Amino acid sequence: MYSRAYKTIVSAPPLLWVCLFLLLPYALMFAHSFWAVQDGVLVHRWNLANYQKLLTNPLYAEVLFRTMRIAASVMLCSLFLGYPLAYYLSFHSGPRKELLYQLVIVPLWVSYLVRGYAWKTILGSEGVLNGFLQYVHITHEPVSFLLYSPFAVVLMLTHIYTPFVFLPIYASLEHIPRPLVEASQDLGASPASTFFRVILPLSMPGLLAGATFAFVLSLGDFLAPLLVGGSSGTMIANIVQTLFGATYDWPLGAAISVCILLITLTLLLLTERLEMRWSFK
Amino acid sequence: MSRVSSTRHSPFLAMYAALVFAFIYLPVVVLILYSFNRDGVGGFPPQHLTFDWYRQLFADDPIWDSVLNSLIVASGAVALSLTLGLLAALALDRTSFPGKALFRRLVLLPLILPGIITGLSLLMFAVFAGLQLSLLTVLLGHGTALISVATTELFAGLQKTDRAQEEASLDLGATPWQTFWRITLPNLKLSLIAAGLLIFTLSMDEIAVTFFLIGRDNTLPLEIWGRLRRGITPEINAVSTLIFAVSVVLIVIWYRIRMRSVGTKAQQLLERP
Repeated sequence: MYSRAYKTIVSAPPLLWVCLFLLLPYALMFAHSFWAVQDGVLVHRWNLANYQKLLTNPLYAEVLFRTMRIAASVMLCSLFLGYPLAYYLSFHSGPRKELLYQLVIVPLWVSYLVRGYAWKTILGSEGVLNGFLQYVHITHEPVSFLLYSPFAVVLMLTHIYTPFVFLPIYASLEHIPRPLVEASQDLGASPASTFFRVILPLSMPGLLAGATFAFVLSLGDFLAPLLVGGSSGTMIANIVQTLFGATYDWPLGAAISVCILLITLTLLLLTERLEMRWSFK
Repeated sequence: MSRVSSTRHSPFLAMYAALVFAFIYLPVVVLILYSFNRDGVGGFPPQHLTFDWYRQLFADDPIWDSVLNSLIVASGAVALSLTLGLLAALALDRTSFPGKALFRRLVLLPLILPGIITGLSLLMFAVFAGLQLSLLTVLLGHGTALISVATTELFAGLQKTDRAQEEASLDLGATPWQTFWRITLPNLKLSLIAAGLLIFTLSMDEIAVTFFLIGRDNTLPLEIWGRLRRGITPEINAVSTLIFAVSVVLIVIWYRIRMRSVGTKAQQLLERP
């Protein structure tokens, strides 16, 4: 029913814009990773030296593995917090469901910085938690390992991404036809086996999506380490950020970014495949 | 409703859920509490209630300059991403062209990629194109990255509108242009407002992409970020409290409108259109 002109007018501008301001920039990042810096100036000489550096200098692999450990911890912690919460809301919360749902998704969109900063004030050696621990006489001196550690990064990112993980899990739990659950119970399955054999498999697409979000977004985070991570909590994106700032080696920074991008895209595609296999149709 | 959801009580699960809620909200409660604490952001319990930090905040000109900058950027980002997002949603809903699936993925990419990737790509683009870093580059960055949100939200809205009205309008002799302004757009009004609110909030709070595109003038989050290096005072708690309050209000309004316009319980934003 729509004319060809209509179709062109609606599709051409966003298509052009996205090609110019998203596709081209991503392509430029890719190109930069094959360029070089000579005497402090970027030169467009195609080479593989940046990737060689990444492979040969063990520092990069070390930081990348630490980053992946942190990201995996964030993913697991947010799943352990987010899944039961979603399950409770979907199956057991009764009339308060709608209100509780809003209570989870509102902080999801509220300032990353505000929530990260809150943790900084809580975990510091003169922070709120230390004050509290001394007030109730659990400790007598400030505990200093709380802030500026990988632990603090995991804690802060878990706090930020738990609502993110909750969301797709909740959506997939809501999509489970309730008669299936009832049938399982009527046929004599225990609550545990109903959960593990009916509910959990059917919520797998949401679980996978949530887990991927948490992992991928943590993988590229550079603000949490700066806020609460200290030098032992440095992550791969912090190296990128220094290479683009003080160190001025954009090509090397771009090469690391391309690696992050490739890991991210691979994971996203992989989960999409898995989601399709698990989804209930 | 069903037996599953109404009759079985599980106190353990309810307690666990309460603890998760505490984990989500406690940090912010603490933050707000200490914005009224005379003796700084640490120590326990907070003593000596004071509004001094808010008074100091209201007299703090650089903060308010940065608020103005953020407002400019967010308004521009809303206009840009809504315009392009609306077209993109119409294109995804009503047309087919080669590479459409790829286009859809590309649009949504900034939503699921770490901010540093999008931020750095746009920085390289800006330098490559010879653009001076300024609020304008930040605006372009936010606007482009948030097309993802606009497209998803408006696509969801389009799916709910009655296509027959447009068919009738076209059949009765209205031009596509008239139909767009008199039928399509009014039908999408609520979705547009909702999406605009969400994008506005996200842009006001954005830091990862902004970090790389900022010129001399700071946005509010970047101004706060800069101050964190110089040591923290409850004044930052005070401004954070205000940011939190404003964001929550906007998000709640967004959510309410969205419930009315799209009407689905399950949040579709992170699902693929």
